[in-house]
Amino acid sequence: MNTVALPVTERFPIKMLAWAVLGAAVLASLPFVIAEYQTILLAYGLVMAIAALGFNLLLGYTGLLSFGHSAYFGVGAYAVAMMVKYLHVQSMELYLLATVVASFVVAILFGFVCVRYTKIFFSILTLALSQVLWSLAYKFYWVTGGSDGLRVPTPTLLGGVIGGNEDKIYFLSHAYYYYVLVLFLACVLVMWVIVHSPFGKALQAIRDNETRARFVGIRIRQYRLVAFVVSGVFTGIAGALWVPLNGLTTPDILYWPFSGEIVFMCVLGGFQNFSGPIVGAVVFNYLKTYAVGATTYWQGLLGLILVFLVLTLPTGIVGMLNQLVRKAKKRASA
Amino acid sequence: MRIVNLAHGNLYALGAFVTASLVGKWLAGTRTLILYLLVPAGAFAAAAVGALLEPTLLRPFYRRAEEYQLLVTFGLLMILEDLMRLIWGPYPLSASTLFSELGSITLGDAIYPTYNLLVIATGAVAALFLWAFVYRTRFGLLLRATAQDMRRAAALGVNVNRVYVQAFTIGCFMAGLGGAIVVPSQSAVLGMGVDALVLAFIVVVIGGLGSLEGALIGALIVGVFREIGITVFPEIELAVLYLIAAIVLLVRPAGLFGRAT
Repeated sequence: MNTVALPVTERFPIKMLAWAVLGAAVLASLPFVIAEYQTILLAYGLVMAIAALGFNLLLGYTGLLSFGHSAYFGVGAYAVAMMVKYLHVQSMELYLLATVVASFVVAILFGFVCVRYTKIFFSILTLALSQVLWSLAYKFYWVTGGSDGLRVPTPTLLGGVIGGNEDKIYFLSHAYYYYVLVLFLACVLVMWVIVHSPFGKALQAIRDNETRARFVGIRIRQYRLVAFVVSGVFTGIAGALWVPLNGLTTPDILYWPFSGEIVFMCVLGGFQNFSGPIVGAVVFNYLKTYAVGATTYWQGLLGLILVFLVLTLPTGIVGMLNQLVRKAKKRASA
Repeated sequence: MRIVNLAHGNLYALGAFVTASLVGKWLAGTRTLILYLLVPAGAFAAAAVGALLEPTLLRPFYRRAEEYQLLVTFGLLMILEDLMRLIWGPYPLSASTLFSELGSITLGDAIYPTYNLLVIATGAVAALFLWAFVYRTRFGLLLRATAQDMRRAAALGVNVNRVYVQAFTIGCFMAGLGGAIVVPSQSAVLGMGVDALVLAFIVVVIGGLGSLEGALIGALIVGVFREIGITVFPEIELAVLYLIAAIVLLVRPAGLFGRAT
């Protein structure tokens, strides 16, 4: 394929990089400042952020709304739990490796079916397929523990170099937090590269105008499939990282309302922005935790927030902030 | 009408809860015949809620991408689920007197609950009624015209907004009726809506969106396969249904009876 010469308007985003380094530094220093409970909560948020980031490659960049991303999250989580139960593996790195393979395989299978469709058909099909996994995890109780789920003990990190024998809370809020943080940053970096690569641009072209993209010579179905698989693997990694935090995996994370939660995060943060899902996932995590603590009717409360968001703030938190900043700048220059 | 309502299952649950609570409350000293007349109350309640929801929550989204509809109805699902928890509490409600009152009949070797015959009859009547409504009345004509091309229908003088409200209300009525009719043989529990929705999705996907006869056939396929699954291999009972749906979508994207879109 001939590369078309484009005017190089995008310089290396130094400003962006500065913000990212600042954010990483803040995240890295937080365990020294905030309570252990808060650190673990933040770790949950970061894990969900990886999932939301992966999900957004489909929704934000390819224009496909998946209502079945619980499948890959669950595959990640159950891959780890199965390795604990049947292979007695303890190494987190092996977990991650197995998860990448497992979610890759599942995503390719599902993606092959799903990417033939778009819009609501795509959503319903992803939902239906994810429910196949849910019903299997739910019904094969002698393999998966059914609704009791599977327990996952604390893993060893980096072959036992760090962490290990400490108290579980201390382990999760320090060694494991940094483990999650490093992987989170790596995922952000990889995703950034992907969406800014020619491949990422092609996805956006498909999203904006499928017919035109086809005329330019983009193989739409293949590109969508690759995006689907990448998205699934990201979400799978999130699932694998989530299990040791939670200590338990149940079919709930395969059930389709959990997919809805991932969608919620992206809408909350704003799926038109790269950083939207990250912000959305972390905020949603706090929102849910405190809503659950505050009221029995947390679900209704979250529902109200979602409806309100979709009606009034379709660009999410990040979109709104961007708008405010732009307005402030205009006022300053005027 | 091209509305995908993720909260549809909750209207089904609403019908079940309304009927169950009415039957439960009015049970003392009332003749059972009157109790049977109470069954449709759940359907009317669901219809009323539907008539309220469409203009307020769904209408703003027809002009936007279809995905937003999924999002807003997912929010609605969460809200309705908790509203029902708020009103009826977390415990299951039962209206089993209606079920046991009728007893059972013997067909050859099999014992069959009489109430289920009533359910079958109601289902058949409801299906017939709906079919006649959509294909044999003036309103049905307007409905189909609007579904086909909303803008053109509006230009020809159809009050599109009203058609949408009515169609949505009827849809909710049917959901409520389903819940109301099923509650005497099972009971109303929280979460029944979410389960029912996924089943309904499968039915519609198999039968084809926008096709009444398709939905009917789809429902029969799902029902039969589910029962076979439960007797033969209970572990994959649900998985089989989802797989059927996926296969149908692969072979005939528009469903068995769907028109190509």
